[in-house]
Amino acid sequence: MARSKTIASHIGRLSRSKVKAYRGLQNGLKKSDAPVKSEPEPFKEVQVGGDKNGGKRLVPTSKAAAFYPAEDIRQPKKSRKTPQPTKLRASITPGTVLILLAGRFRGRRVVFLKQLSSGLLLITGPYGINGVPLRRVNQAYVIATSTNVDLGEFNELDDAYFVKSSKPRSRDAESEFFENGKPKAKEAYPEAKSVEQKKVDKVIIEAVKKTENLGKYLKASWGLKNGQHPHQLVF
Amino acid sequence: MPDPSTFKRFVEVGRVVLVKSGPSEGKIAVIAEIIDHSRAIIDGPTTGVPRQSFPYRHLTLTPLSVKGLPRAARTGTVRKYVEKEDVVAKWNQSSWAKKLETVKGRRVLTDFERFNVQILKKNRRDRVRRALAKASKA
Repeated sequence: MARSKTIASHIGRLSRSKVKAYRGLQNGLKKSDAPVKSEPEPFKEVQVGGDKNGGKRLVPTSKAAAFYPAEDIRQPKKSRKTPQPTKLRASITPGTVLILLAGRFRGRRVVFLKQLSSGLLLITGPYGINGVPLRRVNQAYVIATSTNVDLGEFNELDDAYFVKSSKPRSRDAESEFFENGKPKAKEAYPEAKSVEQKKVDKVIIEAVKKTENLGKYLKASWGLKNGQHPHQLVF
Repeated sequence: MPDPSTFKRFVEVGRVVLVKSGPSEGKIAVIAEIIDHSRAIIDGPTTGVPRQSFPYRHLTLTPLSVKGLPRAARTGTVRKYVEKEDVVAKWNQSSWAKKLETVKGRRVLTDFERFNVQILKKNRRDRVRRALAKASKA
């Protein structure tokens, strides 16, 4: 709410009548048409168990506080800000080739698919070209290039796809002890995920083949050379 | 016998200069008048350099000059002499100007374009080496 300015401490810019005119209170304070809220009863009856306890009791509806702080300190104001959906950089559009700057696949050039509801970017290598699977990535760790791949229609994939399944971990100490030294048996990659990966990559690989050297470009990784400065490069 | 001067490019009326800093960076202009030991009035009516005083510090002298330009000539006269001698075309044909153009072009390459240049250079390099190997064997 816009507060009217003060000229000096405790001296407002507007006089009393001007304040009223400013707020439209010429006819006195506004009366709202909302129904008057009925106050709850101060006491309520509660059934009490046990023979010798009198069966019923009058209990106050709102109890006094059990704790008061030693000093009356001013409470900090509660923020009225709400979390907003992550804003996507204008340079990142579906099909944009991105350069990953951190993580397992740092330096790889990948294709951007869409922004998920969590705000993260969904990317794929494609897996067949550079070994980067369907993955989520934060746009802060990404350079957007001006190169674009024609994706066409894109299917619905959201964060739910990436939820890690909770594995039932055997708490058996003995079996763990015996397994010590041997590499843990890896779970096979779920069939459904590899099918999904291939389905998504098919369209992209077809589009990549149309441009000369684009496949090689996605396969190669990016790095700075001597004399190259990121703030002077055009991506 | 007087020794020939080691200096070939002089600060003089009519000298074509390359502006090295400011909004007219990279453009050529002509010296119209010398103010003092550190400044001159330059003017580039055909290249878009407004007539102004400019310190030598931020100018580079070129081997070109406009002959016969009268001292303190105003913009119209400068334009007439520049167009008659066609200095701008001579400048653009020089390898100096061409090198500046290629450097400018390189700065604007996107990441994919830079990658393609890398591939082309590699191909050229390979072909040269193969031809050289063949020639040295023969």
